[in-house]
Amino acid sequence: MMNWLPENVSTYGTDMDAVMHSIWNIVFVWFLLAEAVLFYFLIRYRKKKGQRAKYKTGNSLKEMSWVLIPAAIVLMFDLGIDFYQNPVWKKVKIDIPQDPDLVVKIEGQQFVWNMTYPGLDNKFGTIDDFKTTSQLYVPINKKVVFELSSKDVIHSFWVPNLRLKQDAVPGRVIKGWFEAVKNGTYSIGCAELCGSGHGMMRGQLHVLSDKEYQDWVYKKTPKKAKKALEAAADSQQENSHE
Amino acid sequence: MSKKQSFLTKYIFSQDHKVVGVQYMILGLLMALVGGYLAYVFRYQLAYPNQSIPGYGVLEADKYNSAVTMHGTIMVFWVAMPILLSGFGNYLLPLMVGAKDMAFPKLNMLSFWVFFVSALTLISSFFVPEGAVGGGWTTYPPLMANPGFTGVGWGAPLWILAVALEFASMLMSGINFLTTTITMRAKGMTFFRMPLFVWMANVASLIFMFSVGPLIAGALMLLADQLFAVGFFLPEKGGDPLLFQHLFWFFGHPEVYVLLLPALGIVAEIITVFSRKSIFGYKMIIYSVLVAGVLSFLVWAHHQFVSGIDPRIAAPFGLTTILISVPFAITMFAYIASLWGGQVRFSTAMLFAISMIVEFLLGGVTGILNGATASDIYMHDTYFVVAHFHYTLFPIVFLTSFAGIYFWFPKIFGRFMNETWGKIHFWITAISANFVFLPLFFVGIAGNHRRIYDPSLFEHLKDFQYLHVISTIGLFVLIGAQVPFILNFFISMFKGKKATENPWEANTLEWQAPSPPGHGNFITDPVVHRWPYDYSLENTEKDWCPQTEAI
Ligand SMILES: [Cu+2]
Ligand SMILES: [Cu+2]
Repeated sequence: MMNWLPENVSTYGTDMDAVMHSIWNIVFVWFLLAEAVLFYFLIRYRKKKGQRAKYKTGNSLKEMSWVLIPAAIVLMFDLGIDFYQNPVWKKVKIDIPQDPDLVVKIEGQQFVWNMTYPGLDNKFGTIDDFKTTSQLYVPINKKVVFELSSKDVIHSFWVPNLRLKQDAVPGRVIKGWFEAVKNGTYSIGCAELCGSGHGMMRGQLHVLSDKEYQDWVYKKTPKKAKKALEAAADSQQENSHE
Repeated sequence: MSKKQSFLTKYIFSQDHKVVGVQYMILGLLMALVGGYLAYVFRYQLAYPNQSIPGYGVLEADKYNSAVTMHGTIMVFWVAMPILLSGFGNYLLPLMVGAKDMAFPKLNMLSFWVFFVSALTLISSFFVPEGAVGGGWTTYPPLMANPGFTGVGWGAPLWILAVALEFASMLMSGINFLTTTITMRAKGMTFFRMPLFVWMANVASLIFMFSVGPLIAGALMLLADQLFAVGFFLPEKGGDPLLFQHLFWFFGHPEVYVLLLPALGIVAEIITVFSRKSIFGYKMIIYSVLVAGVLSFLVWAHHQFVSGIDPRIAAPFGLTTILISVPFAITMFAYIASLWGGQVRFSTAMLFAISMIVEFLLGGVTGILNGATASDIYMHDTYFVVAHFHYTLFPIVFLTSFAGIYFWFPKIFGRFMNETWGKIHFWITAISANFVFLPLFFVGIAGNHRRIYDPSLFEHLKDFQYLHVISTIGLFVLIGAQVPFILNFFISMFKGKKATENPWEANTLEWQAPSPPGHGNFITDPVVHRWPYDYSLENTEKDWCPQTEAI
């Protein structure tokens, strides 16, 4: 069943897929077992002429154990699943890298995603910052941290191929991260009902090679900012010559 | 009640719990037609985007949102609640405990009429400017708090008003259930001699009463935000949108069990009668349900794992959520074990009751993928969740209600429903439901998020459009299958085969009353000597033993 998942292109996606596969396999076996017993009883104990049902209340502890022992095994599987999958949650949602290669600001707005890049200097609030609308460009194999916010209502940043989903809540900045491992273009959606255009709130994730990404950033940097930066770099060079 | 009753006081403004119960059921079934029609409209759009829908026209994106919102609202609050809890509860509870009526008959009548007004209020919201609300049945702010975002004028406050009235009506029912059960049981009817349905209806009422308070508070604050821009949930005014989610789901998750428990009660009564077996582990089931009831107040944040709550709080809620599967595993296993050694008769009622278990099991196990925090990051707000809860709610609401209706119809109207047509209804319904909901698991896993009006707009979903088509065709069949039911229901009311007082040879007290029972229910006050599940006792002639039979 979990083979229907779209291609995974993130580092932690591999862990999440493993979790989904294992949980599905466990619960599906339980489902089949329960159905098999149920159908077996229905066929085996269908009404037959001249026969009488057994009187069995299941009120003694011995009889109850027919049900309680399987339920105890269910409990063990439950706990196993929980302990097995908790570290993955922690990895995705709690252990956000302290030393990201790139930080992007993502803001939900009816019905687009506004991306703000720090530009060439990798710092926000400087003249070389630039924005894109609903198009997210990231370098491959780099830790990307995003700061998610919303301008109006609740949206949810949803990139199926990254196995990433996080609500964007007005009044809050929520941090998240991912590391993409495959070049290509992938769907971005909004997974929280956000108004009449919710279904049209689409975007794209572009995973580029390092070189392509640097070129793209250079191309996107405003001309003025480029000039200023180059001037600053020149004067620095001159300084270092002395 | 020696006064002769007019038609108006007997069937319309009736204080008789049986009439009130039937009124609830019929209004619930009528609302199901509305909810079903909405499902038809938006499923048609999903399968054949932007085409003119026969019987509706072209569905605009904002009307699509209204349709899914109202479908969810109606099916939960105006179909499931009134049929399962108020309908069956009102009709059966006094009969099953051996009472002449509810403790507060006037309150009971009021409860139905408040419910009636709530239904009118909700329906009227379709016809106000800008139409019914489209913010989802969960009505999250700020979308629902600020009219500027929703594009909904009067729909949103009307929605809140309707839900408030509906809750008032349910609270009145709940008060009656609890009081009647505690104070009006027949002689000998100890708590542990009560049928499981009575237990379940009472626990459900308690859960409802304990959980609804925070939601009412949340709804009032939301209304204040909508009408006066107070800002409880608006961050620019210092409010917090997430607060509403906590209040909503503190109610919302227990609400699932408010619907599930009466359904489990109905199924228990039916499978014991038609397998001629005692229920397996009566007290074990009751205690399991009580434990689940308590746990249900500790799981709400599993709806909010990715909502922006502190991610460290997810783990404890994930654990409680996964643990709540245990008491329900016990219950399900006990129901299956009840069939062991039985003599199963496949009447229409029994087929529906069994199909409830068969289909509910899939809904149950798939919940684990949503309860586990890591997999929920992906599954949350996808069609996987939609498929999961439809595999719980469809069996709970529809399969169980049909089972109950076929089973108690002879008691309610003194006549049988037609079994042949019943079985045709059963097979088409039970099978086509899987065509509707199974494909949704697959599209969900493929990454189809919820409440988008045209999935084919997304590159990664283009290849899966055929699954939406299958689901929609399944729905056409499912809706079509209800025609024989509706005809069977009304024709049998007047022309069905006459029923004796205990046609299924069942033990519970309602079958000791005439079919249909008159005002005051029993001809002589019943005295209870045993629990309700003495089927196929050893050393007895017949294979049932009514609760009134002395040892
Ligand atoms: Cu959205
Ligand atoms: Cu829940």
